[in-house]
Amino acid sequence: MKAFEYTRAADPAAAVAGFRPGDMYLGGGTNLVDLMRLGVAEPERLVDVSRLPLDRVEAAGDGLRVGAAVRNSDLGAHPLVLARYPMLARAVLSGASGQIRNLATVGGNLLQRTRCPYFQDVSKPCNKRRPGSGCPAIPGDHSHLAVLGHSEACVATHPSDMAVALAALDARVHVTGPAGSRVLPMPGLHRLPGDEPERDTVLEPGELITAVELPPPPPGRSAYLKVRERASFAFALVSVAAALDIGADGIVTGVRLALGGVAHAPWRAARAEAALLGAPAGEESYARAAEAELDQARPLPRNAYKVPMARNVIVRALKELTP
Amino acid sequence: MNRVEGRDKVTGRALYAAEYPVDGVAHAYAVQSGIAKGRVTAIDAEAARAMPGVLAVLSSDDPPDLAGDADPELRLFSSRDVAYRGQIVAAVVADTYENARAAARAVRVTYAAEPHDVLLRADHPGLYRPEKVNPAFPADTVKGDVTAGLDGAAVTVDVTYSTPPLHNNPMEPHAALAVLDGDRLTVYDSTQGAAADRDTIARTLGLPPERVRVVSRHVGGGFGSKGTTRPHAILAALAARATGRPVKIALTRQQLFDVTGYRTPTIHRLRLGCDATGRLTALDHEVRVQSSTLVEFAEQAAVPARTMYATPALRTAHRLVRLDVASPSWMRAPGECPGMYALESAMDELAVAAGIDPIELRVINEPDAEPEGGLPFSSRNLVACLREGARRFGWEGRDPAPGVRRDGRWLVGTGVAASTYPAMTRPSQATATAEDGAFVIRLAAADIGTGARTALTAIAAGALDVPAGRVRVELGDSDLPAAPLAGGSMGLASWGSAVVRACEELLRDGKHGAADTAGEAGRGGDYARHAFGAQFAEVRVDPDTGEVRVPRLLGVFAAGRVIDPDLARSQFVGGMTMGLGMALMEESVTDAEFGGFGNHDLAQYHVPACADVPDVRAYWIDEDDPHLNPMGAKGIGEIGIVGTAAAIGNAVHHATGVRVRDLPITPAKLLAGF
Ligand SMILES: Cc1cc2nc3c(=O)[nH]c(=O)nc-3n(C[C@H](O)[C@H](O)[C@H](O)COP(=O)(O)OP(=O)(O)OC[C@H]3O[C@@H](n4cnc5c(N)ncnc54)[C@H](O)[C@@H]3O)c2cc1C
Ligand code: SF4
Repeated sequence: MKAFEYTRAADPAAAVAGFRPGDMYLGGGTNLVDLMRLGVAEPERLVDVSRLPLDRVEAAGDGLRVGAAVRNSDLGAHPLVLARYPMLARAVLSGASGQIRNLATVGGNLLQRTRCPYFQDVSKPCNKRRPGSGCPAIPGDHSHLAVLGHSEACVATHPSDMAVALAALDARVHVTGPAGSRVLPMPGLHRLPGDEPERDTVLEPGELITAVELPPPPPGRSAYLKVRERASFAFALVSVAAALDIGADGIVTGVRLALGGVAHAPWRAARAEAALLGAPAGEESYARAAEAELDQARPLPRNAYKVPMARNVIVRALKELTP
Repeated sequence: MNRVEGRDKVTGRALYAAEYPVDGVAHAYAVQSGIAKGRVTAIDAEAARAMPGVLAVLSSDDPPDLAGDADPELRLFSSRDVAYRGQIVAAVVADTYENARAAARAVRVTYAAEPHDVLLRADHPGLYRPEKVNPAFPADTVKGDVTAGLDGAAVTVDVTYSTPPLHNNPMEPHAALAVLDGDRLTVYDSTQGAAADRDTIARTLGLPPERVRVVSRHVGGGFGSKGTTRPHAILAALAARATGRPVKIALTRQQLFDVTGYRTPTIHRLRLGCDATGRLTALDHEVRVQSSTLVEFAEQAAVPARTMYATPALRTAHRLVRLDVASPSWMRAPGECPGMYALESAMDELAVAAGIDPIELRVINEPDAEPEGGLPFSSRNLVACLREGARRFGWEGRDPAPGVRRDGRWLVGTGVAASTYPAMTRPSQATATAEDGAFVIRLAAADIGTGARTALTAIAAGALDVPAGRVRVELGDSDLPAAPLAGGSMGLASWGSAVVRACEELLRDGKHGAADTAGEAGRGGDYARHAFGAQFAEVRVDPDTGEVRVPRLLGVFAAGRVIDPDLARSQFVGGMTMGLGMALMEESVTDAEFGGFGNHDLAQYHVPACADVPDVRAYWIDEDDPHLNPMGAKGIGEIGIVGTAAAIGNAVHHATGVRVRDLPITPAKLLAGF
């Protein structure tokens, strides 16, 4: 690992003001420190933001404001989260392990990097790590990678579970940076790879995530389903965050659907939502909605399984939410 | 009995190889090949040498003097040729681990790369019949007329099964500390056999064995990957020589995937035939495996078929291809583990095709003597294991129809498979001495986390008829009386025999006893000695996602006399858990483009988590077998992994009607089958 300096920021303003090129913010370090050991990340200096006074979960009207330094364990167990956003609690608690969740922060979770095996191996090319060096995953092992929204340059997926729930909940991410503060919608923080796969998000250098704001929960019931290769401590092959509201006449009056494990960003299934709104609740509509979304999928030879898997899990999630 | 070193372990006092405190220690870090085949043309270490704390750079620019006939994996820096991606081509020694690692990344190696060939396939033109398979079995055997047997069969199956490369992944990564004191070299190594490790290190370095000592008191697992000397130990010694300082090397988890061995991928063609009553008319098991261009290691995966079932026509064959890959080696139950996966899956297919209960099919084909070779069994209780397992598991009344049971959304199924592992004993020495009211047992045995120290304490206490608290066992040091390694499930049988004999002599002498079992151990020829077992699995499969969960695993084993029930249970349960990993998740992905393995950490190479193994039970049938060793024990370290994957695969078929014949059984493969 390359030698680096370590400093602790006193408050968000100081963190931003002191940010220099070559710096990186440090949350729980559960992703960043691994990447430093592997030589994938080589910061000159770590600016520890995990102890900033951004560690509260507070009610904001019927919504919620979550500090960026809140630990994943605390978020997943918070009474207000459990009461208002069970989907979010399920998503957070389905990720990683208890020990990792105890360290991982909300900000770090959103900005964790892809688990693409080539990205993590500096002895191999990778457009995301070394722009222009090529994408060996496309001819090689892409079995866990994207089926939606990928490009010729990169087929990586964003690995976070929490971010999928946030995308379904219309969360807003508060950031502050050298050019001032702004609020980014979810989805909207993460970008698709296009021809700039080195950029995971729309953040500019030095921008610090300070909080995640959740609007009042969508009406109806919600769920988070995650498919994985072992019973715990595994990233999602495919995951679905869903909320569904059905009127007295059996017509879908509200729906939120977001997919994980399928794209470079948490994937809000807008086409499926459009197909469902106003349709009669039931398996037939759900299947049609899933098809509407997945028609745009462009699977590669080794990840084609994700398309039927996503379809089945969307339908399952919606069925489970149907009284 | 509780682990005698349990308190030391939980309080952190038990020292592992990388933990011995020594003054002035330096650290070595390996530079690994970035190509899979070719030659190193230049090594530019200038930048690295100028980095902070760097003491030395070792490479083929300055080849060390190593024995020409040493294991090519250990002849570090002796050749410019690259045999596989990840091979060690240079190393940096520095004052701290971090400095060594940083400087290692700054070493620039230039190569002349050649096209590589890293994928095993059934029709690879380079496949050949090796002279022998691990360790010394004939590659091929034929008895009777297989073609006629298949032609005359009422029911046949002709199926291909395959398993991926697998990595041992012990909890403790391989590590060594080399200390030169005058002309004596001490290596604190993480090894399954201090004496054998000492011999190999001495031979490789061209030293007489008495000038080398290996200390390995505590080892955090090995599963075969620490059964042979690994390059890190040689590297530590060379680095100590080059710098005149003690040198420590601790491999990273990623490096374990490159230089500490792995289980070869295997491809099996099985042809079975039976008559209308289920009696086998032919059994043909043909195996294809890989090895490196450096060494010929041929996993003996068709060998268990020579032991299992009565049949008038039996053919087994092994074919091997040498690829631009790291050398495969031992991993828990080499041969039996992949071989029985394939054979026991095919037996299940035959049972389904013949409409016979899979337990009954196995009982019908129970042999009177070992099918290949005809020796009588010293004891064989496969049928008893199957019957006892069936009773405990609740097999009776099982509806054989596949894909028809549901519990909520889950498809539910059950499966069975047999397991077997040879019972062997190797010569060992040991001493037993009365010292200040205690009895001290000394031998160069290894406790790799299995509890061998505890079991040997119990054996000695039994032989001396004293409380276990008065016995102390010293092991894990090559200066102690020579003992074979912990491998092949023969450690305890071999060591225990010598301990019993030494104790018997102590009782006669009153003060001291020394034993060497060279005369009595390892006799063969008269009996076929094997442990057997039966594995049962219940699985639930999610038809929407292809996820498989295993709510119940149950094994019944017949492995001679069980010396310590707690230790035995953890070996069986551990083996079965590892077998579940093999069935559902473990897979090292060969990187066809670059060579080596694409996944190389425990986030990418999945082993079972606790949530995957909610209920694993192991039972045993006590056997009284007088033809083994003084304890009447058969090994128990490996049989637990044998057959588990087949039982789970058979249960998945029973649940879904889908046969996945290529491990692991992933959601992707099952979804493709639905
Ligand atoms: C074995 C393993 C399994 C895992 N499984 C899962 C899983 O199943 N699902 C899942 O969702 N996740 C999983 N994870 C990932 C885990 O959730 C992330 O590592 C964790 O959430 C990252 O949070 P952190 O605070 O430790 O981030 P860090 O590692 O500290 O930082 C990650 C990135 O975020 C940046 N950063 C941190 N805080 C801020 C901030 N406030 N503003 C701006 N930038 C910031 C850092 O500079 C860095 O680039 C797993 C991780 C491991 C190691
Ligand atoms: S998919 Fe993206 S992250 Fe993976 S190798 Fe290609 S460019 Fe790199």
